[in-house]
Amino acid sequence: MDFNDSAEEATFRSEAAAWLNANLPSEADLDGLTDMQKAKLWQKRKADAGWACIRWPQEYGGRGANAIEQVILNQEEAKLAAPNVGVFSIGQGMAAPTMQTWATEEQKKRYLPKLASGEEIWCQLFSEPAGGSDLAALRTKAEKDGDDWIINGQKIWTSGAQYSDFGIIVLRTDPNMPKHQGLSYFFLDMKSPGIEIKPIKQMSGASGFNEVYFTDVRVSDAQRLGEVGQGWQVALTTLMNERASIGGGGGAAGFKTAMDLANRINIDDKPAIEDKHVRAQLANWYVQESGLKFTGYRSMTALSKGEIPGPENSIGKLVGAPKSQDLASFAMDLMEQAGIVLDPDGDEMANLFQGTYMSIPGLRIAGGTDEIMANIIAERVLGLPQDVRVDKGIPFTDVPTSN
Amino acid sequence: MNFEFSEEQNLLREQARGFLQDNCSMKVVRAALEGDEPFNRDLWKKVAEMGWTSTVIPEEYDGLGLSYLELSVIADELGRAVAPLPFSSSVYLATEALMAYGTKNQKETWLPKLASGEAIGTFALGESQGQTTPKNLTTTGGSSVTGTKLPVADGDIADFAIVVTRCDQGDGANLCIVDLNQTSVIREVISTLDPSRSHAKITFNNADAEVMGEEGQGWAATQNIFNRAAILFAWEQTGGSDAALIMAKEYALGRFAFGRSIASYQAIKHKLANMYVKNTLARSNCYYGAWALDTTADELPIAAATTRVAGIQAYYFASKENIQTHGGMGFTWEFDCQFHYRRAKLLSVNIGSESQWQDKLITAVQQQNVA
Repeated sequence: MDFNDSAEEATFRSEAAAWLNANLPSEADLDGLTDMQKAKLWQKRKADAGWACIRWPQEYGGRGANAIEQVILNQEEAKLAAPNVGVFSIGQGMAAPTMQTWATEEQKKRYLPKLASGEEIWCQLFSEPAGGSDLAALRTKAEKDGDDWIINGQKIWTSGAQYSDFGIIVLRTDPNMPKHQGLSYFFLDMKSPGIEIKPIKQMSGASGFNEVYFTDVRVSDAQRLGEVGQGWQVALTTLMNERASIGGGGGAAGFKTAMDLANRINIDDKPAIEDKHVRAQLANWYVQESGLKFTGYRSMTALSKGEIPGPENSIGKLVGAPKSQDLASFAMDLMEQAGIVLDPDGDEMANLFQGTYMSIPGLRIAGGTDEIMANIIAERVLGLPQDVRVDKGIPFTDVPTSN
Repeated sequence: MNFEFSEEQNLLREQARGFLQDNCSMKVVRAALEGDEPFNRDLWKKVAEMGWTSTVIPEEYDGLGLSYLELSVIADELGRAVAPLPFSSSVYLATEALMAYGTKNQKETWLPKLASGEAIGTFALGESQGQTTPKNLTTTGGSSVTGTKLPVADGDIADFAIVVTRCDQGDGANLCIVDLNQTSVIREVISTLDPSRSHAKITFNNADAEVMGEEGQGWAATQNIFNRAAILFAWEQTGGSDAALIMAKEYALGRFAFGRSIASYQAIKHKLANMYVKNTLARSNCYYGAWALDTTADELPIAAATTRVAGIQAYYFASKENIQTHGGMGFTWEFDCQFHYRRAKLLSVNIGSESQWQDKLITAVQQQNVA
């Protein structure tokens, strides 16, 4: 039992680190660019040299690398102050695997290389006002018209819709079939006439998501992935990859920041870190973070051996998000009355805890709520039966709805 | 990255699990709980014959000289089985103490006997309610020991004890090794929450003893021994937590209410999912602990406290929610849920409770930050 790379892994790591260090954009390269331009510049540079989406086959823009090599590359890139390429994650992490499984060869050759290089950005149009945790209850419809389908309805929580070139979308093509069987899956041009995008202002004040309205939007039948009525199966390909790509709250407040705070704030005129209650709380968060870290190491070991990681990896978001929420709340309590003061130019640490406090409720909901994640563990890992479903086997139009 | 047990170690796990399923079923645990025998001698003999008691003892003392990874695997399985054996006292505490602090003579006297299972050792620290510290220790001792220790796990069946005594110099404590089969040692069996492991009150009246390690360094030695034992205790706790989850799951699947299996209700599913989450955190931390023990890493104190806190929390949660999942039947004497609930508390308080280890964890992190 050790944490060391195998000989092949060590060789790959040094090769990756050498390339990253030699090609990391300089300050002069990035001068005057927007975050999007910086991301596109860095992604293109990686793609041109074969360091983007390395697990994909070479003909689609990758280099046919294995899973552990991807992890190693990510680790090495995380050590550098590289431009944030998060805008590509939905396209590369969710749309691309779906295209690889369900698209035609011609479509793969057309779309995947530009997904890898960041030249085209994709978004995911799944959730609807009436279809969140119960995603298959979505109602945006597509009706056949010659070789096209005509889309009407509304999607919600669409990250990056405003700058995306393409989107993957699940639509109801037959409302008379039972819920899951009346869905079909497409990809479409986000600049199509009839698409209207409205940002959603979150409680934190930020706008990371959009509402997307469809009014008589045309999409070609050639852009359907899977058979008509097979949309749910195709969506499962996307969702399995979503859970792999939404992590446990990176960038949110964690043990180390709370420990730093406890070192410089006083309780009863003594450093808070000397308070037994504070120490117990901090210890619990340390234990959780450590447990997640070493769970990750166990998964990496499986990848390193060419195996599929076990179900233990499914706990990350379920543990990480509530932990960050409680920790941020506790830290602000330590600040006492000052904990409530918002000052963007003020104390960086206070901003981190307050920012986490206001944004973390979203992470407990995105990509499967805490409750859905617990259901997934119960059903897929522990093998417990599904809940009774009153919408099973009846036409979708007959299913009771909230409005 | 190779953060996993080897094929041989996994084979040992299979073998241990199979052996315990055949020889240490819940019926055997129940017999220990309900019977007058202080522990299962027959099982102890078999376990020793398989070499479990000698796992990490060096070959020069008739041990197998294997690593702590093998011992971790065995601890996991013993915890799963709620084994009615003095394993933690004799192997994780007494054997560890001797290997770390015993003189050559002390090792030669006891280690071969511990390896063969012929002798059982234990560790005596507590004297009264509350945390024991060098300041409130009343038992005194060097070459002879006087005082009372209560409760001493497996104290009635042990052949010798490592006794923590008061010392007026150094860190305030000595570690003394005392043969318990002498007239100046009086042992009374006491009843406890977990009768599947017997306990004693031991009174020493000028009992012959020998100091282990440096005089006046007994407190630091105790902390070091506990750090090592904590990781093995946590493996037992994690094994027990897994067993409690499986017990709850199997019962829930077969129990019907309102026309369907209660395992299909989210209230139960989320309860079991939460058990799984805590167990997974505990198990992954145990891997870390096993690695730290195996490599005697500098961060052993952090790994020990992290592993210990996770183990305590997981086993408490799994054992109580297992009862809850069983409903009224889980609360009966007839059902086996009680074994885990009892053992969870025994393992939790035996080498320092949750709050002590939370505190130790932060202390260890502070020390690492300074270094």
